Amino acid sequence: MKVSRRSVLKVLAAAAVSTAASAVPAIARERKVAPAKAIGMLYDSTRCIGCKACVAACSEANHLEPDRSGIADGLHLAPVDLNGRTKNIIKFCQDGEQQSFVKSQCMHCIDPGCASACMLHSLHKNERTGVVEYDPQWCVGCRYCQMACPFNVPKFEFHKALPKIVKCELCRHRVQDAAVAGADGFTRYPRGQGPACCEVCPRSAVIYGSREELLAEAHRRIAESPNKYYQGRVYGEKELGGTQVLYLSHMPFAKLGLPEFGDKPSPDVAYTVQEGIYRGFIAPLALYGALAAMVMKNKKSAESGDGAKGGRS
Amino acid sequence: MTTHALEHREVGGPLMTPAYRWLLLVVLLGALTLAWRFVNGIGSVAALNNGYPWGVWIAIDVVVGTALGCGGYAVALLVYILNKGRYHPLVRPAILTSMLGYGLAVIAVACDLGRFWDLWKVPIFFWRWSHSPQLEVAICVMLYNFVLVAELAPAFLEKWAKSSNSGLASFSQRTLKVLESGAVWILALGMLLPTMHQSSLGTMMLLPGPRMHPLWFTPWLPFLFLVNCLMLGYAIVVIESVFSARAFRVHHDDDMVAAIGRVAMGVSLFWVAFRIGDAAIAGKLPLAFSGRGWFFVAEIVVQLAGALMLATDAMRRSPMWQVRSALLLIAGGALFRVNTYLIAFQPGAQWSYFPAIPELLITFGIIALEVALYIAAVKRFPILSGVTETSSRSHA
Repeated sequence: MKVSRRSVLKVLAAAAVSTAASAVPAIARERKVAPAKAIGMLYDSTRCIGCKACVAACSEANHLEPDRSGIADGLHLAPVDLNGRTKNIIKFCQDGEQQSFVKSQCMHCIDPGCASACMLHSLHKNERTGVVEYDPQWCVGCRYCQMACPFNVPKFEFHKALPKIVKCELCRHRVQDAAVAGADGFTRYPRGQGPACCEVCPRSAVIYGSREELLAEAHRRIAESPNKYYQGRVYGEKELGGTQVLYLSHMPFAKLGLPEFGDKPSPDVAYTVQEGIYRGFIAPLALYGALAAMVMKNKKSAESGDGAKGGRS
Repeated sequence: MTTHALEHREVGGPLMTPAYRWLLLVVLLGALTLAWRFVNGIGSVAALNNGYPWGVWIAIDVVVGTALGCGGYAVALLVYILNKGRYHPLVRPAILTSMLGYGLAVIAVACDLGRFWDLWKVPIFFWRWSHSPQLEVAICVMLYNFVLVAELAPAFLEKWAKSSNSGLASFSQRTLKVLESGAVWILALGMLLPTMHQSSLGTMMLLPGPRMHPLWFTPWLPFLFLVNCLMLGYAIVVIESVFSARAFRVHHDDDMVAAIGRVAMGVSLFWVAFRIGDAAIAGKLPLAFSGRGWFFVAEIVVQLAGALMLATDAMRRSPMWQVRSALLLIAGGALFRVNTYLIAFQPGAQWSYFPAIPELLITFGIIALEVALYIAAVKRFPILSGVTETSSRSHA
C-alpha cells in the first residue's frame, strides 16, 4: 500500500490551517504612538556644514575608542560608517548639482524593528522618553536586531571576544536631572546632560527636544521657506510609523540614505503572522491535543508494522 | 514476500577506518578554529560584518541543518498521524539524524552568538520574554533537543538493559518503562515543536521586511518553511536508507524507499506549486527574471528536476535515481532557506559577504562531527533495522 496523495494532502492541509491565520488581516496590530514626553532630535541638512564636531563629541561622550580607520596615517578620528566604535557619523552626499551632508545615528523608531527582534528586551523603548535603550545584561549577541533594523543602525563588536551591540542611546547615560523648558523654548536637560552631538553643533543643524516641539519647529521652518525643503516634508514624521529623530533636507531623502519606506511600521507583517498563529497559545495547544489523540489511536498498529492502511499487502 | 520480523540491530565492525580518521581530522580542524573564535572574537574567523551580521553559520548550520534534521519529524507524521506502520523501521535512524542535526545546530548557535554566556537566561527569565519569532524558535529548539533524546534513548537503554552491570541494567529497564508510559505525549511533542519552530524560522525573516527582496517577503513564508522542512526530512531519509544499505549492508527495502521518495516528490511538487502561485497572486513573478530573482528560479528548477527524477515507478525503485533525486531535492530545498536568509537580505550596495575559510572550517567540522557520530552510533547501538536471518536469506 502506498501513501495516497490524499493522505499527504491531509497533512499539508492541517499544516496550512495552523499557519493560515497569517493571512487574516483582522489581527492587524495596534499602531503605536510616541510617549507624551518622547525626546527626539531634528537634523536640518541645510544648516549642516559638515564640521563633524558632533562625531568627535559623540565619541568622547560615549567613551568610544577612536576609529582612525578612514585615513591611512591613523592620525585622525575618521570613521567611514557607523560601526562598533561609531554611534554617530556625518556623510557627504552628491546627486548631480546638489550636494549635502547627512547625519546618521539611531532613529529611535516609535515601533522599532530591533526591539521586536530582541528576545529578552535587551533592546527596548524607554516608556517615558521613547529612547531605544540597550541593556547588555539581557543580550545574547544574536544580532537579529541588526537584521531587523530598516536603517542598518545597531552595530556589533565583531573583533572582541566579549562583544556588545553599539548604537546611539541619545546620551541617556549623561542625564541626571529632569528636563525642563529651556531658554530657546525646547525641552532641555542642564548643559552636559543632553545629547552631545546637539550640544556641540555650532550651527544648530541638529537640535534636541520633545518630539512634538521638534515637529512643530520643522513645520515652522517649512512654512517659513516653502521652496527650501524637499517635498515640504519632515522625514520621520510618518515613515515606518514615525521616528523620534526627524530630518529636513533640500535633497531627496533617498539620496541621503533615508529610504522611502512608507508609513507601515517595519515589524507589522512579522507581528501579524506571529500573533495570528500564537495568540493566547490556543492554536499550539489544540494542535498538541490533536496530535496526541492521533498518536494514541495509531501507536499500536503503527509500531507493529501493520497500520490500518499502511500494512504490507 | 511475507511480513518478516523487523528488529533494530547494531551494525558492528571496526570504527577507526582510514575514512573515519579523515573525518575526525576535519572535526579537529573545526574544533581548533572554534577555540580560536572564542578567544579572539567572531571577526577573527568569519567574514561576517555590520551589513551582513548573519552568514553561513546561521543560514547553513542552523537554518538548513535543522531542516535536514526533520527526518524524524517527517517520518513520525507518516507513522503516527497517517498510520503508515510500514515506515516504522525508518523512525529510529531518522530520529538519530534529527538529534545530530539539532544538537549540532546548537553548537553552531553557540559559535555564532556573540554573547553565548548569556544564553542560559533565555529559557529561565520567562517574564522577560518578548514576542520575537526568534524567541519562539529558541525555546522550541531547546525543548525539542530533550524530546529527541527521550525518543532515541530506548536505542541505548535496550542495549544497557542487557548489561552485566546489574545497576545499569535495572536503571535502563526502569527508564524504558517510564518512557514507554509517556510515549504518546513525547511523540506528540516531537511533532508539535518542529511544526512550531520550523514555521517560525520563516516568520523570522519577515522582520527585516523593508530590506528583503520581494520574492522572499511573503506572509506565507512560515508555511513555505514548514512544508519545505517536511520535504527535506523525507529526502534525507531516502539518502540515509540507500547509503546505510550500501555502507553497512543493511537490508534495503526498495519498496519502502520508493514510497518515501514518492512522498518527497509529492510534497516538493506541492511546495513548488504553492511558491509559484503565491508569487503570481502577489504579482511578483516578473521579478524572477532579473538580478537575485534568478535564485527564485533556481529553487524551483532544482526541486522540479529532483521531483521529476522519480516520475516513473522504475526510477523510484532504482537506488541510483533515488539518490540523485533526493540530492537535488535537498539542494533545491536548502537553496530556498539560504536564499531567504542570505540572498534575499539586502543591506545596501556598500555591504558584501562571502564566507571566510576559517568560518567554513567550523561549518565543515560540524558536518563532519555529525557524520562521525552517526557512524559510531549505528555501528555500536541498535539503531538501524535489519531483517531476521531467515527472511534476509529468503530475500537474497
